[in-house]
Amino acid sequence: MRRVFACLAFLLFAVPGGGVSFDYGLVPRELAPGVYVFVGTTEDFSTRNGGNIVNTGFIVGTGGVVVVDTGPSLRYGRQMRAAIAAKTEAPIALVLNTHLHPDHFLGNQAFADRPLGALAATRSGIERDGNAFAENLFRMAGDWMLGTESVPPTLELAEGIREFAGRRLRFIALKGHTDADLAVYDETSGVLFAGDLVFNGRAPTTPHAEVSAWYAALDKLEAITREPGFRKLVPGHGEVAQDAAPIAQTRAYLRWLEREFAEAAAAGLDMNEVLARPIPAEFAALGVVATEYRRSVGHLFPAAEQKALGRGAAR
Amino acid sequence: MAALVLAVVMLGEVLAAPVDAADPLESARWGDMRRAFFADQPVVFDARVKVVAPLDAENPMQVPVTVDAAELSDAREVFVFADFNPIIQVLRFYPERASAYLGFRIKLQQSSPVRAAVRTGDGVWHVGGTWVNTVGGGCTAPSAAATSPEWQRRLNEVSGRQWSEGPLAGRVRMRIVHPMDTGLVAGIPAFYLDELEFLSAEGVLLMRVQPFEPVSENPVFTLQQGAPGRVRTMGRDNNGNRFEAWIEP
Repeated sequence: MRRVFACLAFLLFAVPGGGVSFDYGLVPRELAPGVYVFVGTTEDFSTRNGGNIVNTGFIVGTGGVVVVDTGPSLRYGRQMRAAIAAKTEAPIALVLNTHLHPDHFLGNQAFADRPLGALAATRSGIERDGNAFAENLFRMAGDWMLGTESVPPTLELAEGIREFAGRRLRFIALKGHTDADLAVYDETSGVLFAGDLVFNGRAPTTPHAEVSAWYAALDKLEAITREPGFRKLVPGHGEVAQDAAPIAQTRAYLRWLEREFAEAAAAGLDMNEVLARPIPAEFAALGVVATEYRRSVGHLFPAAEQKALGRGAAR
Repeated sequence: MAALVLAVVMLGEVLAAPVDAADPLESARWGDMRRAFFADQPVVFDARVKVVAPLDAENPMQVPVTVDAAELSDAREVFVFADFNPIIQVLRFYPERASAYLGFRIKLQQSSPVRAAVRTGDGVWHVGGTWVNTVGGGCTAPSAAATSPEWQRRLNEVSGRQWSEGPLAGRVRMRIVHPMDTGLVAGIPAFYLDELEFLSAEGVLLMRVQPFEPVSENPVFTLQQGAPGRVRTMGRDNNGNRFEAWIEP
């Protein structure tokens, strides 16, 4: 009974305006002069983290600020915008979404008065699926999502170097994690925002992955890390790195998944048997690897299976 | 609760009528399932009927289910159902010469027990099952085929393979292109495979499968045949489209 009262009390005081503040605690970390990142946890979406499992950032130029991804919710977007305003008085010149996954764009609402840009396929993907993604996050992150609606980007970004807000930004149009993955390299500081093409210490997610394209994208990003001006790599999830190690880790994990599923399919395993296979020691320490592996079985095993079954049947 | 169960058991003894054991999955729907599908036939919960499925299904459109009742002798019919699905009946299969073993994937609309009831030669239904938690929507989301015309050219296209060596010797896997539309999506009528047979090269029936709407789009079946050899598979959907293919060793 006491527990019931405790729950009721929690409800009374936790409702908006009450005791629970839904504060993401966003503190920008300066990676280089004028280049900041908000580093999220390496967990899955939950009512505890409110979806703050993602890295977002911003680059301050003389003429304005470029925002890289907007987080999982309206609240996140608002808090992020406040944190940016606390660092600089410069206006926000451009807000971009690296790709169409909800933790990277559902904060757009807080920037709806600014130019929102993304690659063409990201834009159309958010237009198509944005609200379905939002609904799913409501289910997983609860009240942190209050009031969140999908606001698709309107500006179409293309690959190339752009003098933007007084900085030299290189937009790199890639794919593999999704149909369109935008990486941003700030040539002025040598900071590379890789989006979800790169994970660090957390298992990559694969719901829209095309693995062969993903490898090619990783090669291109790795080439940037070999440029003399390169300083830091910001993965979509996980700690910021000073080298290409997270790229190698992401590649190794994807290679393992691909090999694992091809071998399992060739051996005749059914999906349940693939789900039961162990995670090798090399990847066992990655954040949420058990969950992501199971998801990837659903995403990627059917194609491997189809390839293995393709032989042997006569019409 | 324990007292209640005891009371029911005692009442059963008084009336000298068979009383079922409590549902190990504690589903509120079990009583309805019992009445609807088994009426006055004897039912026992039996650990030898193994239903393997993930506790948390990531994709409600493709929930892998493996039914293994090979430990039971004389299995004649296996009925697979999900208590809380809008279409409860998932499939039936009749093992004949093959093992009472079948792997497939299903659509789940919400979290539900997934059960297999195996009828042995003596008429007793042996029931096993497992709970599957899912985000739902599996039965009322359109199939991929419903949004793309490509499947029409490939309808009932079969691919398959056999494994004759190693731990999985005797395994046959078969995939068939079919939308398996449930009829629960507005404007898309039910369209699903409802008859499937696996036969030996000599024409001996190895297994008959009767899928219902909840079987996933582009079904994949995994079975264990008794002895290696060419397998012929044939069947049809509820619109009368037939297919036939050989799966070579």
